[in-house]
Amino acid sequence: MDLRRTMLFMPGNNPGMLQNGGVFGADAIILDLEDAVAPQEKDAARLLVAQALQTVDYGDSEKVVRINTLDTFGRQDIKAIVPCRPDALLVPKVESPEDIKEAARLVAAYEQPGQTPVKLIALLETPCGIAEAYRIARADKRVVALAFGAEDYTTSLGAKRTKEGTEIFSARTMVVNSAAAAGVQSIDTPFTDVNDQDGLIADTELAKRLGFKGKLAINPRQIDDIHKVFNPTEQDIVWAERVIKAIRKAEAEGSGVASLDGKMVDAPIVARAERILYLAQLLGLAGGGLL
Amino acid sequence: MNQVINAIGRNLPEYIDGYGKVRPFAGAFATAPDMPRQAPKVKQIFPGEQKLVADLETVFKRIPITDGMTLGFHHHLRNGDGVVNMVLAVAAKLGLKNLNIALSSVFPVHAPIVEHVKAGVVTGLDTNYMSGPVAQAVSRGLFPRPVILRTHGGRARAIECGQLKIDVAFIAAPTADDYGNLNGVNGPAACGSLGYAMPDAQYADHVVAVTDNLVPYPLSPVSIPQTRVDYVVKVDCIGDPKGIVSGTTKITRDPVGLKIAQTTAKVIRAAGLIKDGFSFQTGAGGASLAAAYYVRQMMEESGVTGSFALGGITGYMVEMLEKGLFRTIIDVQGFDLDAIRSLATNPNHLEVGADFYASPFNLGAAVNKLDAVVLGATEIDTGFNVNVVTGSDGVIMGGSGGHSDAAAGAKVTIVVANLLRGRLPIIMDSVLTATTPGETVDVLVTERGIAVNPHRPDLYEKFQAAGLPLKSAEELKALAEKIAGRPESITTRDKVVAVVEYRDGTVIDVVRQVD
Repeated sequence: MDLRRTMLFMPGNNPGMLQNGGVFGADAIILDLEDAVAPQEKDAARLLVAQALQTVDYGDSEKVVRINTLDTFGRQDIKAIVPCRPDALLVPKVESPEDIKEAARLVAAYEQPGQTPVKLIALLETPCGIAEAYRIARADKRVVALAFGAEDYTTSLGAKRTKEGTEIFSARTMVVNSAAAAGVQSIDTPFTDVNDQDGLIADTELAKRLGFKGKLAINPRQIDDIHKVFNPTEQDIVWAERVIKAIRKAEAEGSGVASLDGKMVDAPIVARAERILYLAQLLGLAGGGLL
Repeated sequence: MNQVINAIGRNLPEYIDGYGKVRPFAGAFATAPDMPRQAPKVKQIFPGEQKLVADLETVFKRIPITDGMTLGFHHHLRNGDGVVNMVLAVAAKLGLKNLNIALSSVFPVHAPIVEHVKAGVVTGLDTNYMSGPVAQAVSRGLFPRPVILRTHGGRARAIECGQLKIDVAFIAAPTADDYGNLNGVNGPAACGSLGYAMPDAQYADHVVAVTDNLVPYPLSPVSIPQTRVDYVVKVDCIGDPKGIVSGTTKITRDPVGLKIAQTTAKVIRAAGLIKDGFSFQTGAGGASLAAAYYVRQMMEESGVTGSFALGGITGYMVEMLEKGLFRTIIDVQGFDLDAIRSLATNPNHLEVGADFYASPFNLGAAVNKLDAVVLGATEIDTGFNVNVVTGSDGVIMGGSGGHSDAAAGAKVTIVVANLLRGRLPIIMDSVLTATTPGETVDVLVTERGIAVNPHRPDLYEKFQAAGLPLKSAEELKALAEKIAGRPESITTRDKVVAVVEYRDGTVIDVVRQVD
């Protein structure tokens, strides 16, 4: 299970930012070649990001590169970036399974012998992309997550973007459902007002309740708050430990059915408890006794 | 020339021309006072006598000011100060020579001092901080005598102990009455606290108030009283408000600065200091304010009421006072309009002198009561010695100010710095100019990890338990050099251009001439 509570965008044409990308503690750093970079700077940014991938220590952060769409600079990006061993590519404006298949084909063509396969994360930011979410998630085994981009999406819809996000509610649930059905992660759209901490926390809490596993971030200041929301709470951890203990006890007693507080502990509950404990251990929030 | 090595291993001349015999730094608390307090001659004034004089020239003639005297000034008007240049212009006009200027901090606005040095009007400078053309001229060897760099507390101590004997103190007074009562909270050039001028007023042989806002007697409130002021001079303008205060002081938006600030707040919490009675000092820079922002969040979350905030006071600290997060502000210098307003109106906002703030040789400086202080650095070495005097090119660009004082006094002293400043690592084997000794620095916070001074294993354990990203100073240095390479050391000439005194008057280092 890869941890992607936060995926932080960093402009691919800013050497200072690229150098410091690893210090903020984001689970993933997205070195951006798309929206953050003006067309006349695309080639310079591509070179810079390629160099950064090979020389900068990003610590524990996953190295993701947002390439351009395949009909603009995306093919040149893949050719230059894939041999530099990023962990994953974020493919923007994916609208169909074919987009992902084509990206995957190009990635395979430029991977070096012995290189860890480069993963793909599909960024869904158009009504077509949302409608095709499940098929996109299943298009290639390299796909590990669906990410949602609400700004372009609402522009296509002709809807007004609001902080409450009612206009993107159905798209969010669609992304979460499609990702879960395909067995990949779902990553929520960024919260764009970097000065509204309370708004960010509320929006992240909603995303977590809907089932998202992480959130895109556009400013390092957002990371801690997003992590706090996605981290299991002490209450969660205590509950999960009790579930696992109950199931172990039932197994030891030869009973096929466990119960906790008068309720049956079935497989989905066990799976949820295991995920909480896994996360808790990964984040150093709990000991490793039960898993 | 005979050399002597001080307690932090700096090689110093035993005797420096124009300065005298060097007393080497022996440890932060190793040198005790062995002198009585100095006092100016007792004077009197008769009923009916006037202190108000027509102009500065008249003051010069009445005192009289003569060649070789030491003139004292304070820096609350900062880069908007008009008084130093005004007074020195009169000195030049009257043909005075060989004056010593004791100005608590020097800013770019004081550039005319350079011309006065070239003309021989000024030959000595005694200050706690300097930047701009004067600092550059000092570094290039323009001054005939080495400049003495002190700390804010060290200057107050030197004045009180008679080592810095001020013949005439000129006090830039935003408001005054004709009998010499002064304050800094009213008038067009209001600057807030007059804390750095207080030792000058107390111990100088003559005290001259220079004001552009003369009000009827008696002025209220009074910062510096009539009992210590010889003359009052009314001028058109003592300073430019734009250079004196900023409208607001703002938290940095730099993500690396914010990361460091946030980690700093975590360090303070992990040290167990976020509890009732907490006391705190931080600077007015964007990154320091950001640290205050995160500390404030923690105080609010924990429902903590602090005892006092200290140092250069900003609107942010005032807001914390007004929201009940601190009971008191102790103010030696205000930085913005809110600080001035608060000092004028809030009885829990105390105006204190530099001696009360930070002198090491009295019966209680406020820095001694600090829980945590957050300080900057231009360089720090693996022994935690800090340089805040010279930049990467060896040129003077600052000074201790209250750095060494607060570091010595606080329970936990935190130095914050970007591990890479531009392309240069900030951490090295040995700083170019030692300002604050490593024994008084407990923690270094960078964006790539935290180093704890080995003399604080207690803090190390607490930070480890809190899951903070700990590294040794050597590891951080290696990390910086891996990214940016190892900088070449700077070549300096032999000539000593500044003597860096520790707060107790011993010499912690010298600055040598650069080309």
